[in-house]
Amino acid sequence: MTIKETWQNIKSDTQFANDRKRWIANIKKVILGLFKAVILIGISYVILGPVIGIISSSFFSDADNYNTMVYLIPQEPTLDRYKLAIQYMNYGKTVSASLLYSLTLMILQVFVCSMAGYGFARYQFPFKNVLFACVVIMIVIPTHTIMLPLYMTFAKFDVFGIIKLFRGSAVNLLSTPVPMYIMTLFGCGLRSGLYIYIFNQFFRGLPKEIEEAAFVDGAGTWYTYFRIMLVNAIPSVITVAIFSMVWQYNDTFYAKLFLISDDIVISKKISTLQATISNVEKIYDPKIQELYLDAGVVLVMIPVIIIYIALQKYFIEGVERSGIVG
Amino acid sequence: MQRKRKKLSLTTKRSITGYLFILPWLVGFIWFYARSLFMSVQFSFSNLTVNPGGGYTLDFAGLENYIYAFRVHGSFKQILTTSVGNMLIDVPLITFFSLFMAILLNKNFKGRTLVRAIFFLPVILNSGAIMDAMDLARTMMSGGISSASAEMAQATAGNGVSIQYYVQMFAALGLPDQIIEYIMGAVSRISDIINASGVQIIIFIAALQSIPGALYEVAKIEGATAYETFWKVTFPMVMPHIITNVVYTVVDSFADSDVVDLAYETAFTNNNYGLSSVMSLVSTLITCLILILVCRFIQKRTFYYN
Repeated sequence: MTIKETWQNIKSDTQFANDRKRWIANIKKVILGLFKAVILIGISYVILGPVIGIISSSFFSDADNYNTMVYLIPQEPTLDRYKLAIQYMNYGKTVSASLLYSLTLMILQVFVCSMAGYGFARYQFPFKNVLFACVVIMIVIPTHTIMLPLYMTFAKFDVFGIIKLFRGSAVNLLSTPVPMYIMTLFGCGLRSGLYIYIFNQFFRGLPKEIEEAAFVDGAGTWYTYFRIMLVNAIPSVITVAIFSMVWQYNDTFYAKLFLISDDIVISKKISTLQATISNVEKIYDPKIQELYLDAGVVLVMIPVIIIYIALQKYFIEGVERSGIVG
Repeated sequence: MQRKRKKLSLTTKRSITGYLFILPWLVGFIWFYARSLFMSVQFSFSNLTVNPGGGYTLDFAGLENYIYAFRVHGSFKQILTTSVGNMLIDVPLITFFSLFMAILLNKNFKGRTLVRAIFFLPVILNSGAIMDAMDLARTMMSGGISSASAEMAQATAGNGVSIQYYVQMFAALGLPDQIIEYIMGAVSRISDIINASGVQIIIFIAALQSIPGALYEVAKIEGATAYETFWKVTFPMVMPHIITNVVYTVVDSFADSDVVDLAYETAFTNNNYGLSSVMSLVSTLITCLILILVCRFIQKRTFYYN
């Protein structure tokens, strides 16, 4: 009897047809699940691999580094890397200044962008479509196109000659964080266009009845916005808040452009850490220098990771519900 | 008559309130974006000298900067073409990879929250310095997937797997060289693609969740297979979001490409502001052109549910 005939027999046998079908379905399920698990674990490894590598090598002592038998788990773990990294980065002060800086900008972003998003979503005014096209242009145009004029603007900062009138000359705002504050206050901060877009999509999805009820009950425009609409928009507020906080904390482009001091922007400070340690401590082996850099990177990552883990649940659900998708 | 005036004043009032809401952004847009774009164009057509006391003077130079960038400058053309080329390779890969991952992550399974958190980690850790350190760590960990294809060949040589052999095999099968090159490029930049697709995955997950369940029920009742369901229901429904993702990917990949670094260096190290503006403007124009072409191409094939 050939295999084909056996198969035909099994197929035509109706006695245990249901059991057989269930069995085959189960096998299919297990194989698919296994396949899925392999893909997910593999990709997670690609993402987590370097992070694990950085964390483990930040504990390596010199001996571990030169010992080729040591892989990931150090034989003589040391905290020296962290000690020096904390000392040369002035960690406590820098990280709190950096967090304060990004927190302030985050609050500004949330208010200004949600206002603009709300205005576009709920009000009809002339040139609305043209103006909303400008928001899209803001998202699409890379920031480096306008970096030079921005640099020039803030090197000689003046508003219609008013500052010149009082101080005799225009002020140089570079090497302070003020340019960033001004730009964010006027809705042109880091990726503000994207945030306005998110808020706009979300407010458009909210039912109009909420506002009408508020108006009927005698709430003014601004009261309605601050006390009712913004509260209803919590998912998108959380999304934008975390995005802007984390991206601001990580940003080096604007920090470099406006020459903002690296005592305020820790992600800028980390780029000079390796050079500082090698110069001051007279460490010439680049491999050892990298261990210090790894410790520094871990220190920089810690606050972001804490924020992320704490708000992770709200974050991903928030992004899903916040109407990035429209 | 009076009633009509009253109604008119209400609409005017509404539109004034609307303007008030967008006022901060509008001022900022005109002040920083519109003005800066105009200035960038102006810079690109002139020689800019910075005065010692601050401020600058512009001498009109015509197309001199453009001619210099394209005919004389040593590396601009090359860097521009590699950046654009990399982007063209990355965009379809990232889009399809993130769609695939979103479909996987959209289903319920144990540890879904953890996996989602891991997948979104690269978005959180996208600082330049951290990224550099991560790249280094990636190449240091010999077991991991390294980013350069040369290292890939080296790493696999020890395991008895010869990349060269497979390349020759595919070539012998009659696959065109370009396709083999594309596949090689795709494989060697797998870690880049994974790291660049965090936001896109989230957007696609959100899109998948917004598909009405009734459509799937109908498909099931009509006897569609999973394959058919994907192509007839899922894919058309997420199609509009593919544009969002493509735009995001293009902008994102251009924002940290080598052209930006070159423009930055030309401006602030060599003090050649005019040339730097030319570089920025040309790369922006190319980005916008690609965006328009791609969006048109996709839009024609897009199905809008509403």
